Amino acid sequence: MSTPEIVFRIGGAAGDGVSSTAESFAKMCSRSGLHAWTYSSYQSVIRGGHVWTQVRGGNQPLLSHGTDPNVLVCLNQQTMDVHQGDVLEGGAIVFDSDLVKPDPSKLRKDVRLLGIPLRKMAQTITPTGIVRNTVALGAAVRLCDIDFRHVESAFQDIWGDKKPEVVAHNIQAAKLGVEAVQQAGGSLKLGLRFTEVPRYLMTGNEAVALGALAAGVRFHAQYPMTPASSILHWMAAHGPQRGVVVKQVEDELAAMNMAVGAGHAGVRSMVATSGGGFSLMVEAIGQAGMTETPLVAVVVQRGGPSTGLPTKTEQGDLNLVLGAGQGDWPRGILAPRNTRECFDLTAKAFNLAEVYQTPILILSDLYLGEGFRTVDKLDFNVPIVRGMMAADGGVAEGRYKRYAYTDSGVSPRVLPGTKGYQYIAATDEHMESGELISDILAGLPEFVEERRKMHEKRMRKLEGLRKDMPPPELWGSPNADLTLIHWGSTWGAAHEAIRHVEEDEGIRVNSLEFPALFPFHADETLRILKGVKKTLSMEANYTGQFARLLRAETGYKPNFTFPKYDGEPFTWREIADKILEVVA
Amino acid sequence: MKLEFELDTYKSEIKPTWCPGCGDYAVLNALQHALTTLQLEPWNVLIVSGIGCSSNLPHFLSTYGFHAIHGRAVAVAEGVKLANPDLHVIVTGGDGDGYGIGVGHFIHAMRRNLDLTYIVMNNEIYGLTTGQASPTSEMGMKTKSTPIVGVIENPIDPIALALSTGATYVARAFSGDVKQMSELVAKGLEHHGFSLIDALSPCVTYNKINTYDFFRKRVYDLNKEGHDPSDLKAAFMKALEWPVMQRDRIPLGLFYRNDKVPTYEDLEPAYKKGNPVKQALGVEDADEILREFL
Ligand SMILES: Cc1ncc(C[n+]2csc(CCOP(=O)(O)OP(=O)(O)O)c2C)c(N)n1
Ligand code: SF4
Ligand SMILES: [Mg+2]
Repeated sequence: MSTPEIVFRIGGAAGDGVSSTAESFAKMCSRSGLHAWTYSSYQSVIRGGHVWTQVRGGNQPLLSHGTDPNVLVCLNQQTMDVHQGDVLEGGAIVFDSDLVKPDPSKLRKDVRLLGIPLRKMAQTITPTGIVRNTVALGAAVRLCDIDFRHVESAFQDIWGDKKPEVVAHNIQAAKLGVEAVQQAGGSLKLGLRFTEVPRYLMTGNEAVALGALAAGVRFHAQYPMTPASSILHWMAAHGPQRGVVVKQVEDELAAMNMAVGAGHAGVRSMVATSGGGFSLMVEAIGQAGMTETPLVAVVVQRGGPSTGLPTKTEQGDLNLVLGAGQGDWPRGILAPRNTRECFDLTAKAFNLAEVYQTPILILSDLYLGEGFRTVDKLDFNVPIVRGMMAADGGVAEGRYKRYAYTDSGVSPRVLPGTKGYQYIAATDEHMESGELISDILAGLPEFVEERRKMHEKRMRKLEGLRKDMPPPELWGSPNADLTLIHWGSTWGAAHEAIRHVEEDEGIRVNSLEFPALFPFHADETLRILKGVKKTLSMEANYTGQFARLLRAETGYKPNFTFPKYDGEPFTWREIADKILEVVA
Repeated sequence: MKLEFELDTYKSEIKPTWCPGCGDYAVLNALQHALTTLQLEPWNVLIVSGIGCSSNLPHFLSTYGFHAIHGRAVAVAEGVKLANPDLHVIVTGGDGDGYGIGVGHFIHAMRRNLDLTYIVMNNEIYGLTTGQASPTSEMGMKTKSTPIVGVIENPIDPIALALSTGATYVARAFSGDVKQMSELVAKGLEHHGFSLIDALSPCVTYNKINTYDFFRKRVYDLNKEGHDPSDLKAAFMKALEWPVMQRDRIPLGLFYRNDKVPTYEDLEPAYKKGNPVKQALGVEDADEILREFL
């Protein structure tokens, strides 16, 4: 497509400051009024290893981090070796001329080689040369015609008044980069339109935290784990001033059990983790299901199994969250497709959790959770619905039945501290009052019946929950030749691929997507599937976990599947290629 | 004087289902007395327990209760307390629950010095699961899970563990002395900070070694022997007396109390906005929060 855009890629070793440099660049794009989208490919070492980050900026809303860059910054030789062939015609490679050598035979046509003595230049400012990346950043800024004001303001924001000399050094370094490009051909003339209206730039994890805050979260417990840790970081820095108890705990068992306690006490309560941590929460989340305790659990997936690929993306934990906990208990699973939905669905999850008095899970992933994306202004005035309460001060008539049988399965709740409504919430099977039937009564004919009724009461909540969960959506052309089926963060690349094949190849493709995964909208899905021709289901796991859920719920088997489990996010190009392959 | 809350006020309609003679009856009794002494409003008390015979206790009282999963009572209680610091939160459970599967939470709760009162019904056995070794079972003790040579690992010393981990009220009681136990529990409830009451509570069905008789022969009141509970070093020495150093004398009473340590709640910054459960929801400074993303 010919719409002008920046695709900036920077690579180096871990510890070279690759991602912070890229983050600054993304900020400069969003402050120039561009839409921005980043993807960071890194490993879980603190030093060494090959790390690269891509920032895409454009005038139109973006759907992915794009593919080939028009600006590549090589902080080491490995970056040059791995990425030089990707740079687009008419693009440029910025590299440290004292350390790195390009191989011209590997380049596309018209790629400008900008060898700059980055380190030496940086050493003219500080003896350590620590501002080396900033020289390169300055070069990129000039190549892309970004207003230097945004460079200054970005550094001011990072180091601010506390370290004015660091701000000054970085501005000086960026200027050297700008001058170097100026002397070597100037800008790439990418043709972008800049505006004075900055855009909001954030990660999916930050959007989750913001959604929770807007919804009134008052307790957040977490144990650090990539790629969920930035939720803890944001909450810890911003929550307490706003009344949120933010607790780093000893392990994920504690996180979930504390969240259960807090939810039981009556605050909006949440945890966040990745698959490994969630595995430790499994018994305790079932406890919330059994005691009918509201809470929100965010699972930001990474590559599995086991420790797996800590810094790579995957959608391999659907089975885990679907099946978490012994026995059956009602749960809701939401899967945001983009940053905006991270905010909206998290806020919604708190209402669902309290209305249905049961855990609601948010299934995100590394690509969505850690990538920076521009979003429209978020509205913090989200609807807040706290669910049915039995008491507003009066004393219960007779014994309060916390688990009273109701048509909806939802029994009016009271919070501990309410006079006259004392009851025991139990993880054992219980009667309407909370009294146990598990130990001595189970098996007596009357209590066989009681158990059946109580279990049905709990599970009945799924019916209401299903109605309140967002339905599946069919996006794109009607009467398409092919329908993509996907969930979660694959959304962007899928939409972008569809646009490409429609425009470039004239193939009509649409997409069926699921912001809510459970309880499954089987009727709605079947209705949509009746109207489609062929389907291609795509998800980032080996076994097609969603496709199996779809088949279990509807009997429908997609015609083609595209599983991906290499740790990298889907790119629009590989989806487009797959579309061409299956349509042919 | 007529009390607002009589002893019976704290009793629920549900009758305990423990074996006749089980030590846990005495613990229930002692807790009921302590609640009566302090006249705590039953609706402002929440008792969290885990799983085990002992963990059924909350059902027999008329306060709020949360009968959690095995080993997680302390963590659930921490969540309750952090969310609503105005509640009196008590944790009850067994030695397996608290010193075995849940020992991690136990240690961290003490180091936080949260204002919780933890009563462990320590019977040196797994009662509910019909008699396997517990983390406090003595060396050599034959149980269903150690039938050949008996236990071949050291028992946990909960008192020493608590002292080294930051608990600010550490006591041991015995089901054979309800009066002392209820006093120790009442003082623990009054204490501002984490209090542990390790309650020696015989399992008459599965532990034929640590019986009432076994304890009666060995227990003594350390406070009557001049122990000063403000002296941490002396408390450690007393803690090690049993079961680490010898088998003949078992100290009961208050090992340690320190009221000067701030609790977690005292230091928690979120409480500047008030008790979380009573705060209004919604965000006042949305624009300011969002500005950082521009
Ligand atoms: C995760 C888990 N593992 C095992 C059990 C089985 N279980 C129930 S109670 C118990 C031990 C109880 O011992 P203790 O805590 O000392 O309580 P007591 O019955 O002696 O009072 C065990 C192993 C369980 N409920 N949950
Ligand atoms: S088995 Fe032991 S611990 Fe359980 S109720 Fe009977 S005596 Fe008490
Ligand atoms: Mg026991």
